Amino acid sequence: MATKSLKERHNALAETNKQLAILNGGIFESGELPYFKDKIAATGHTPLRPKKLEILQINIGYMCNQVCEHCHVDAGPDRQEIMTRETMRLCLSVIQNTGAHTLDLTGGAPEMNPDFRWFVEEAAKAGIQDFIVRSNLTILRANKKYYDLPEFFKKHNVHIISSMPHYTRGKTDKQRGEGVFDKSIKALQELNAVGYGMPGSSLRLDLVYNPSGAFLPGDQAAMERDFKKALKDDFDIQFHNLFAITNLPIARFLDYLIASENYEDYMYALVEAYNPIAVENVMCTNTLSVSWDGWLYDCDFNQMLGLKVANKITHIKAYDEAMLQDRNIVISQHCYGCTAGAGSSCQGVVT
Amino acid sequence: MNVILSVNALFKNLKIETMTNTYYDPADLRKFGSITEWSEELGKKFFDYYGNVFEEGALTAREKSLIALAVAHVVKCPYCIDAYTKDGLEKGITKEEMMEAVHVGAAIVSGATLVHGVQMMNKYNKLSM
Repeated sequence: MATKSLKERHNALAETNKQLAILNGGIFESGELPYFKDKIAATGHTPLRPKKLEILQINIGYMCNQVCEHCHVDAGPDRQEIMTRETMRLCLSVIQNTGAHTLDLTGGAPEMNPDFRWFVEEAAKAGIQDFIVRSNLTILRANKKYYDLPEFFKKHNVHIISSMPHYTRGKTDKQRGEGVFDKSIKALQELNAVGYGMPGSSLRLDLVYNPSGAFLPGDQAAMERDFKKALKDDFDIQFHNLFAITNLPIARFLDYLIASENYEDYMYALVEAYNPIAVENVMCTNTLSVSWDGWLYDCDFNQMLGLKVANKITHIKAYDEAMLQDRNIVISQHCYGCTAGAGSSCQGVVT
Repeated sequence: MNVILSVNALFKNLKIETMTNTYYDPADLRKFGSITEWSEELGKKFFDYYGNVFEEGALTAREKSLIALAVAHVVKCPYCIDAYTKDGLEKGITKEEMMEAVHVGAAIVSGATLVHGVQMMNKYNKLSM
């Protein structure tokens, strides 16, 4: 398993234009599979436009303690892109005035940003209805300085969404690295201990499942049932909801698909599972994504592909929610990942 | 030199042979739906039935997937093995569970063979003094 990001390895796929060339070429260029824009046009969904803004997702840095094989961020310990306090201040003024009901902090491991706690404390004052931090769990056990994070999250009523690819050690460690499973279990037990994820608790703890390979996620409700039973029986762990998220063919997952000769089959599977009902609710229609350096994107995936919003406003310093709503969403073939089957978003299925 | 060249050419030809001259092409699996084109009514009935069979019922979709995997091995259907290995992964089924299912299929096949041993014993006894 790799211990460095594609960027650090100088892998060609660290270049976004190389990734886009693959997504626009090959089986799509030859006409074997339809371009996403043509597919959504056939079901009357073009141009794709935003609906009401509900979620403001802020990526506060690509640094992470893990190097997961499927990571669409290409995150890792070697990534130096970290949001500064100055950019955080710009974000805070947006958070205080936004009409969005959900604030979603992500990374990398957001906890590794040196100003993370300050930002959470300040952002929590804005009184946003749902304040999410996406935690990879192992960070809570990575170093003593993080051990009190469950209490810190509780104090600020933060909603935790954590990755957990499987309820068995083998599958988890294969995707996320040796020892990740045991650390994640310990972190979940600690979150439970302070009240997170318990039945009836207002301290929300949700898990994210994404497939550990070149296949699509199964039925979210059935997976949730299996996860709940196994984690309760084996480790006495409880959580609220499981979100099944499809891996999008970008960054390290794209690299894996190509290296394992699964790329074409995977794209076929995504296109075959195209669901026009999912298109109605794709997350780019209710979300805005902000990068560590303040640029604005339709979603975190577009951020990683360097596809900024198609709008006069492209940076948080000039943020204007009304103006930003008047835009066409930027799409490419990776978008098939969000419209396959029951659909996929950072909040799980969309249908 | 010439020998090496001709060996390389031979391997090249062999590779082409194996790629083009085969009864089973993995890419045919995704064309399965096209059987409906030559008999729409029956094809549609089959796929509707097939879809209903695999829905959650008294058995979970997960249990059905494992049964399908075992049967796929028993009937030695390469398309079905590909399809239900992938389906199992999608449903979070572990490799240990999958292999146990294959052994269930194999045990039934072995049993079906061996139980005929009783017929052999009967016949042997009948013909022997």
